[in-house]
Amino acid sequence: MLNDLLLTLPITIATVWVLVLILCEAFVHNANLTRWLTAIGFAGIIASIFLIPSPEGYAYGTMLRTGTFTNFSNFIFAVSGLLVVSISDKYLEEEEINFGEYYIILFISTIGMMLMGSAANLSVIFIGLETMSVALYTLAGMLRKDVRSNEAAMKYFLLGSFATGFFLYGIALIYGATGELALPRIAASLQTNGVSTLFWIGLSLLMIGFLFKVSAVPFHQWTPDVYEGSPTTAAAFMSTGSKAAAFSSLIIVLSNISIALPNNAVLQTAFAYIAVATMAVGNITALTQDNLKRMLAYSSIAHAGYMLVGIAAGSNEGYSGVLYYALIYTLMNVGAFGVIAVLERHRTLTNASDYAGLFKQHPLLAGLMAVFMFSLAGLPPFGGFVGKYKVFAAAVEADLTWLAIVGVLASVVSVYYYLRVVIFMFMRDPEPAPQANANATGSFALVAIAVIVFLMGIFPTEVLKLADNAMKVALK
Amino acid sequence: MIEAYLPIFAMIVIAIVLGVLLLTLGRLLGPKRSNSEKMSTYESGIEPVGTAKARISVKYYLVAMFFIIFDIEVIFMYPWAVNLREFGVSGLVSMITFALLLLVGYFYILKKGGLEWN
Repeated sequence: MLNDLLLTLPITIATVWVLVLILCEAFVHNANLTRWLTAIGFAGIIASIFLIPSPEGYAYGTMLRTGTFTNFSNFIFAVSGLLVVSISDKYLEEEEINFGEYYIILFISTIGMMLMGSAANLSVIFIGLETMSVALYTLAGMLRKDVRSNEAAMKYFLLGSFATGFFLYGIALIYGATGELALPRIAASLQTNGVSTLFWIGLSLLMIGFLFKVSAVPFHQWTPDVYEGSPTTAAAFMSTGSKAAAFSSLIIVLSNISIALPNNAVLQTAFAYIAVATMAVGNITALTQDNLKRMLAYSSIAHAGYMLVGIAAGSNEGYSGVLYYALIYTLMNVGAFGVIAVLERHRTLTNASDYAGLFKQHPLLAGLMAVFMFSLAGLPPFGGFVGKYKVFAAAVEADLTWLAIVGVLASVVSVYYYLRVVIFMFMRDPEPAPQANANATGSFALVAIAVIVFLMGIFPTEVLKLADNAMKVALK
Repeated sequence: MIEAYLPIFAMIVIAIVLGVLLLTLGRLLGPKRSNSEKMSTYESGIEPVGTAKARISVKYYLVAMFFIIFDIEVIFMYPWAVNLREFGVSGLVSMITFALLLLVGYFYILKKGGLEWN
C-alpha cells in the first residue's frame, strides 16, 4: 500500500495537502495564507511530476494507471490550478469573495481531475468526475449574493447531475454487458465474448456524460450561462481544467476499448459528426456575442469541437494532439479570462466595446489579450496554431480529410470574433478608461502564460514529443 | 435473454392498467359529496396547522448535512467491523485514515462555527 501511495505521488501529495489547507483555514482563518499554501501545493505537485515521474504500470490493484500519460495529464491540471490561483486574488477581493474556501475547493476539484486522468477503472472515473464536478458547482456559486452566480451554480448542478446520471447508467450497462469495471478487463471480455447491443447502449450513455463535461453539441447549452454567471476566475478553471480532465478520461476509455471493438468506423463517424456540430454551433454563435465571457464560453465549445476532431481520428497522433491541445488551451484560455478578471468590475466592463482604446490606457494588458486572442484563433506563431495543426493532421491521416477541412473553415470563422476584440483594443479611441486592478503575481502569471504560449508556438517539438510519448506508452 | 424480462414487463402493464382502471372507475361511479373537512389536507388524522411552505433556518440544512456525513461514516464502519479480522492491519489502517479525514472536516465545521446556533 505504501508503494501505491508513492506510485501515485501527485494524488497522494494533493490529498494530504488538502487536509493541511482545511486545517489551516479552520484554525488561522486567513485567505491570503490559504492562497499561498494552495499555490505551494500545486507547485509541489508539478515538482513531484518532474522529479519523480511515475513508471508505467498500475497502482491500487488495477484501479489507477501510472506512467507518462498520467504524468502529462496531471501536469495540465496542476498548471491550470496554479495559474487560476495566481490570477484570482485581486479579482476575489474586488468582488468581496476572498474566502480561503475558494482555494481549497479549487484544490479539491484538481484532485478529482487527477483521479479522472489516471483512472483505469470506470468506478474511479466516476468518483473523480463527481469530486471535480461538485467542487465546480460550488465555485460557480461563489458570488453568493449575486443572483446570476446562484443561477449559474443551480443550472450547472442540475444539468451536471443529470449528465452524471447518464454516465452512471452507462457504467452500469457496460458492467451488465461485460461483467467488468476495469478498462483493460472490459477490453479482454469484449475480445472473448464479442460486443453486445447492451454494451453499445452503455458506451453511448457513458459518452453522453463525457460530452456534457466537455460541452460538446448537443450537450452545450449550460456553458454560456454558467461561464457568464460564475466568478470569472472560476470560469477560467472550469473551461480549462475540467475540459482537460474529461478529455483525458475519454482518451483513456477509448484507447482501452477501441482495440476490442470490431467496427471502429461507427464510433469514428459519431465523433466526427459531433465534432462538426460542435465547431459549427460554437463558432457561429460566438460571432454575435458582445459579452466577452459569453464569447469565450462559445469559443470554448468550439475548441471542444477541435479537440473532438483529434478524438474522432482515433489514432495515437489524434490523442496526443488532444493532449497537447488541452495543455495549450489551458494556458491561453486562463490568460484570456485572467485579463478579463483584471478589468472586470462587478459584472460591468466585460463587453468587447468596453475594451475600446485599451492599448492607450494599459498597453501591457492589451498586448497580452492580443496574444491570447491570436493564439485562440489559431494564428501562427502562437501555440494554438500547433495544437490545431496536430489534431487536423491526425484527422487527415485517419482518412477524415473532410473533417479537417470543416475544422479549418470553422477556425477561419473564429478569427472574426477574436480579432474584433483586438480591433477594439488597438484601433478605437478610448472611452472613459477602465481601471485595471492587476497586482504583481497576477501580472507576472499573465506575462509568463503569454511567453509560454508564444514559445509553444515556435518550439513545439519538446512538448509534442512528451505528448506523443504519453500516448505511445499508454496504448501499449 | 430478453424473454427472461417478460414477467417484469407483464407486471408493469398490469400495474398501469389496474391503477388507471381503479382510479377511473372510482371517479366515474363514486358519489361526490364534498365538504370543507373532506377537502382539507390530510395530515394523518391531525387537524392541519398552517401551510407546508414555512421557512426553515438555513442552519437546519447545515446540521442535516453534517449528520449525513457522519451517518455515512458509521454505515461504512458496520461491514468493516463485521469483517475486521479478515481485513487485518490494512483494513484497520484504511478505516483509521477514513475516520481521520472526516475528523479534519469536523474540526473545520467546529472552528467555522457551523454548530453554533446563534
